[in-house]
Amino acid sequence: MEGHPPRILVVIPAYREGRTIGGLVRSLRERYPHDVLVVNDGSPDGTSAAARKAGAIVLDLPCNLGIGGAVQTGFLYARDHGYDVVVRIDGDGQHEVEDIPKVLEPILGGRADAVIGSRFLGETEYRGSIPRIFGIQHFRWLVNLFTGYRVTDPTSGFFAINRRLVDFYSDHYPSDYPEVDSYILMHRLGARALEVPVRMYDRAEGKSSITAFRAVYYMVKVTLSFLINRIRRFG
Amino acid sequence: MNRVTLFSICASAGFLLYILEMVRRRKLREEYSILWLFGSALILVLSLKQDWLVVLAHAVGIVYPPSFLFLVGILFILLILIHFSIAISKLHQMNKKIAQEMALLRADRGVERTEETLNKR
Repeated sequence: MEGHPPRILVVIPAYREGRTIGGLVRSLRERYPHDVLVVNDGSPDGTSAAARKAGAIVLDLPCNLGIGGAVQTGFLYARDHGYDVVVRIDGDGQHEVEDIPKVLEPILGGRADAVIGSRFLGETEYRGSIPRIFGIQHFRWLVNLFTGYRVTDPTSGFFAINRRLVDFYSDHYPSDYPEVDSYILMHRLGARALEVPVRMYDRAEGKSSITAFRAVYYMVKVTLSFLINRIRRFG
Repeated sequence: MNRVTLFSICASAGFLLYILEMVRRRKLREEYSILWLFGSALILVLSLKQDWLVVLAHAVGIVYPPSFLFLVGILFILLILIHFSIAISKLHQMNKKIAQEMALLRADRGVERTEETLNKR
């Protein structure tokens, strides 16, 4: 990065995370000098107020856009305000705050455009249900077949990206379930993607956005949009 | 002229006039009215010239002309529905961009919205 120390923005999409977001923002502010941006995806439960109180920059979406739309708003903010690197983590305590330097380091060293935290690399305590493991295996295979990236955790929402990807994602990012699709987008851009081992926990509060009933829809939708993105033009 | 012919002429002419009136009052945008106008004009023509229907049906190999009419009708409805799906997708995309832009503008202007006002909407 030229001259100045890189400006880093931590983006947290949040929907109904009022009970956990404050603690998360506080621990980020205590540990790191980075700015923290919480994108409140139209939740009515005090998420914004809690995040603001803890010292985050808060964007309030006037209606619920879905996780991808919320994260993209964070990318737009980073682009408009000249941040060099964006780290994206979940607002529910699923991701380990202490692992942020691990996803940042290869980007700051100029060795990667995107670094994705994987719960399956290295020592792992993560135990998923059988259908979830099956789904992850399906997407691993899909990503590898169509992009050549060798991924272990294709649905990970813990990653860091550099300016180049921030610019690209600001214009092209799926509204919902963006993680698997983003490999196609990175592939299109010829981005260097790297996985590093991180810790992930079961959700502290609330429910995962993927319920049993939605699992099949998720698989079909993501597979379809992945394949369509493969043959889509990006202007 | 038999009763069925008279009925179908009246119905299709009424439909055509209704669409035109909606466009005139700006309740229906011109771009969305094209398919409807085209469809109702087609029905009107086929009501007036029923032998054309027979000729058309036979031309595509359909023996029973009314079933050709059903086929055309169903295809027309499908076309209109696809048209709507495209329009909705476009609106969805625009809506997303507007919402994002609003959130960014608000943050830059330092306008904090309390969640009470969010809930009222």
